[in-house]
Amino acid sequence: MKPVTRRRLLIGGGILAGGVLGVGFWFGRERDRLGSRTLFNVKSGEAGLNGWVKIGRNNIVTVAVPRAEMGQGVQTALAMLVAEEMDARWNQMRVEDPPDDAVYSNVEILVDGLPFSPEETGPIVDVAHWSAAKLAGVLGLSLTGGSTSTRDAWLPMRTAGAVARDLLLRAASRKAGLPVAELSVSEGEVLRKDGSRVATFGELIDFVGDLSAMPPPPLKKPSEFKLLGKPLPRLDVPAKTMGAATYGIDVRLPGLLYAAVLNAPTFGGSASGFKLKDNLPKGVETVILVPGGIAAIGTSWWRANKFLAEGLEVQWQPGPEPKLDSATLWKRYEALMESAEPALTRTLGSESKGAKTERFEATYRAPYLAHTTMEPMNCTARVKAGSVEVWMPNQSPSLMRMVAAKTADVPQEGVSVHTTFLGGGFGRRAEVDLVRQAVSCAMAVPERPVQVLWSREQDIRHDYYRPMALARWRAEIEGSPASPRLIGVSKRQVAQSAMDQLLARTMGLPIQGKPEPNAVDNPPYAFPFYRLDAVVAESSVPVGIWRSVGHSHTAFFDESFVDELALALKKDPLAFRRELLADKPRHLKVLETVARESGWGRPLPPGSGRGLALRASFGSIVAQVAEVAVPDGKTLQVKRVTCAIDCGPVVNPAIVRAQMESGIIYGLSAALYGEITIANGAVEQANFPDYDAVRLADAPQMSVHLVDGGSSFIGGVGEPGTPPIAPAVANAVFAATGKRLRSLPLSLG
Amino acid sequence: MVAFTLNGESRQVDAEADKPLLWVLREDLDIVGPKYGCGVAACGACTVHIDGQAVRSCSIALGDVAGRSVLTIEGLSRGRLHAVQQAWIEQQVPQCGYCQPGFIMATVALLQAKPNPSDADIDEALTNICRCGTYSAIRRAVHRAATILSGAS
Repeated sequence: MKPVTRRRLLIGGGILAGGVLGVGFWFGRERDRLGSRTLFNVKSGEAGLNGWVKIGRNNIVTVAVPRAEMGQGVQTALAMLVAEEMDARWNQMRVEDPPDDAVYSNVEILVDGLPFSPEETGPIVDVAHWSAAKLAGVLGLSLTGGSTSTRDAWLPMRTAGAVARDLLLRAASRKAGLPVAELSVSEGEVLRKDGSRVATFGELIDFVGDLSAMPPPPLKKPSEFKLLGKPLPRLDVPAKTMGAATYGIDVRLPGLLYAAVLNAPTFGGSASGFKLKDNLPKGVETVILVPGGIAAIGTSWWRANKFLAEGLEVQWQPGPEPKLDSATLWKRYEALMESAEPALTRTLGSESKGAKTERFEATYRAPYLAHTTMEPMNCTARVKAGSVEVWMPNQSPSLMRMVAAKTADVPQEGVSVHTTFLGGGFGRRAEVDLVRQAVSCAMAVPERPVQVLWSREQDIRHDYYRPMALARWRAEIEGSPASPRLIGVSKRQVAQSAMDQLLARTMGLPIQGKPEPNAVDNPPYAFPFYRLDAVVAESSVPVGIWRSVGHSHTAFFDESFVDELALALKKDPLAFRRELLADKPRHLKVLETVARESGWGRPLPPGSGRGLALRASFGSIVAQVAEVAVPDGKTLQVKRVTCAIDCGPVVNPAIVRAQMESGIIYGLSAALYGEITIANGAVEQANFPDYDAVRLADAPQMSVHLVDGGSSFIGGVGEPGTPPIAPAVANAVFAATGKRLRSLPLSLG
Repeated sequence: MVAFTLNGESRQVDAEADKPLLWVLREDLDIVGPKYGCGVAACGACTVHIDGQAVRSCSIALGDVAGRSVLTIEGLSRGRLHAVQQAWIEQQVPQCGYCQPGFIMATVALLQAKPNPSDADIDEALTNICRCGTYSAIRRAVHRAATILSGAS
């Protein structure tokens, strides 16, 4: 427990230190994160300009991207920030995974964990942000998540680009014997005043010499941007199109062994022993117990996996709830709904009692969900005396290093983590179960690399699930049936806390018993009175972060209820939201955009309907209108989705659009098909045939509209597209059929 | 020993006859473009061509490939970019990209059978799963590839 206590103290101390030193924090923060000229893997034929950028004699500019590329386009977006301020040409840009260093830590993800809403400003917020930044540096936490990457990189990486440009100008001044004031940079070349060329970036490599970074010139104003805001082609697309991108599962090393794993069937269980039915077959070298299960290691994963299923008997130790099933869980949640003490109660506005009020109430349910990244879970590790090397598609090299070191009992400095392309992440790849098993396997065959790969069945049955959740919304309404008036609303919500569990199992922090922060976000609406009671449930089913985290289910509860409430108040769902958002111009603009672009209010054929939902998450505001058809009263077809987003400044509009479509399809797969159920303490689903996803034939037509609400805050785009789609479809089903679906997945059966 | 043609070259493999082609490619032949996604022919990430037909390589045994001709994403562009890959880049299809070799191989087979496919033809032929939801970009790219192949680009 000692390290835990120390870390807790450190967090407390960080906040205190911030109170004393919170002056001049912006300047200090960017300078702190610049990094030295030798930091970024500088090889022969290259010159480092600072920790984020190096140039090659071949005129290639390489940018350090310390975030996981899992499809969200982060390599492209982050390289654009540097290229813009450097005045580089887009087609000379490349990216590379930087070494482990605190300058590459994700500061914003800790800032995001602070108890302020993204829009809040002021001295206290500044001090807290500054402290979180310092803390991130101390912890060296490299993590991709919370839709924070671009926000985190926005100032440090643009600063790095500007510093690099300044250094190249001084190098060119040496070369040309002209003062810097006589020179300029354009599209990867330094020019004289008459437009003639002094040198390309690559030609300056011998003149950069011992020049040191100077305080950066002012960054460009948005009106001066040449690359930012343009739909530039992604840097990762050619390799991914040629089949040449290396994912974790594609890592090939000399002497590589493969390991297949069977995890204990019930949650929290383990394997205590095994008996071979016969000799080990060709292709399988050894069988060992690993944390959570058993692994077969050999020269063929296919053979090892088959052998686990057929060739041995395992003594499984059950987890704490070996008889658990979904019906029992729902009963437990219903009991908690009635009587449990909330872990969090929050009120907004003033409570008043109407003369003659009526209560309107609705209860909603959301199931556990698996992530099913296309690339099943894997990790490759090699253990040599005192050192561990890991190759892995992961969202947090820092966490992987921490756990690898602990598993192999070596110091963290003895661990190196190589992050490959991720075949999807969605939150699953911030977890440390695979690295723990891979290092355990590698310890059994010292000096040899072992690639642990889970079958799809293991992936679905041993995930960290999106929490199942139960919510009861109530509204107090007064006045005559002809002119009802809203007095107030309240929500009582029951769910496990994903964040609490994640921090406990990955970093060893103590369980706080607090709800996951995104799950208790306040609705944006100006209700006369709002009360939230959040109950934290317990069960042996492990929960984790799933694209958009708590927003994924609470948006369904909240936006379904707002629709129902509009009906109870005899108002159009759009008009009602408009009223309640009157003092939120950015939300309103997003709402009006989606209404206009979707043709809201225009007639549709019988059996069709439109549904609306709006959700602000991760600093962005997204509204969607789904258009559905229910031709036979049973079959639900989602025909069209119109989406509007205000994410603040846009780095690459093509990527923002792609991420909205991606979030919609991911959320739609869950809304239509996603349900993990439990029987005998284990997951019942196993593979895509019983845990399906939206395919081309049932993918709706989508249109995405970018809204400029004038904010300079960088909103996220990886996650905010997901939350509104389930309630938009449920609301559309009601419009089409008059049936209100209050449980996910949506079913008219 | 099982002999077959892989991306235009004769290969002989010393592996079990019941070993799925996907794992022969990935483990014995270092061909990692075809991806493992489900192992039950449900997701299409492992799609390759066998004698010109799109086949899910996780569900066909090595023994059944003897003497036949296998084409993977690695063998698709010979010297110049295949029209389908050109369309994929133009339309900026991939996100995480893991499923795309399977989609591209399925699309090449579709366009060989139906040079000008309708949206319904595309829905029927491309039953692969993409968890990043690149479907609308895929649909655009399939139509674009058809145009390129027809010479009308």
